[in-house]
Amino acid sequence: MTIRVQTVDFDLNAELAQLRQGNPGIGAVVSFVGLVRDINDGQNISAMELEHYPGMTEKALEQIVVQAQARWDLINTLVIHRVGPLQPLDQIVLVAVATRHRGDAFAACEFIMDYLKTQAPFWKKEQTPEGSRWVDARETDDLALQKWNMPAQGGDPA
Amino acid sequence: MNIQLRFFASVREKLGMSEQKVALPADINTVGEVRSWLVARGDVWADVLAPGRALRMAYNQQMCEPDTKISEGAEVAFFPPVTGG
Repeated sequence: MTIRVQTVDFDLNAELAQLRQGNPGIGAVVSFVGLVRDINDGQNISAMELEHYPGMTEKALEQIVVQAQARWDLINTLVIHRVGPLQPLDQIVLVAVATRHRGDAFAACEFIMDYLKTQAPFWKKEQTPEGSRWVDARETDDLALQKWNMPAQGGDPA
Repeated sequence: MNIQLRFFASVREKLGMSEQKVALPADINTVGEVRSWLVARGDVWADVLAPGRALRMAYNQQMCEPDTKISEGAEVAFFPPVTGG
């Protein structure tokens, strides 16, 4: 398991090569890359700032990977999340899972992303033509957790 | 009991601070009670931490519920629902 929170960009090919290096038991790698879009909720986005909770962030990401390991047969897992200033087209997040067979890799990768969206302490602040605004959490992200039988937690649902 | 408060994102901005060390009254024993105690400060505290506001809480860097017990030296954080990924 590798967890990294960083300001710098990442190279998908290099990361995947590292993830499966020297392990002929790996038959499948599934990766997800999240990107900064230029429009959100109808507003043009010129830039964004990603804040996080140092210390808790890494623990939260590690805990979800541990839960994924308990559910599926995972050989190796990588989570990279960027923080600080970002612009449209930039990569924000990478989740990659290496397994023997594709089913485990597809499922675990989606599970980790769904969990991350609602449980890892990151917050986006967008720059729009009307000024900066904090991004609101989406109810659909909480709903996405339900398919894994994992309720959202931590405070009032309001 | 002495604890460390941490605030993030919009909560941090509205309160105008990212952390604060506080000495709690003896009858404050849970994270939810800390929230109510802070709301009683009034002004922006009453607004930002108001009951019913979408707020997440963490105890020692772990997401928690209002009934989570606190102990000496704990780190208690308040922040909006997360929006990473």
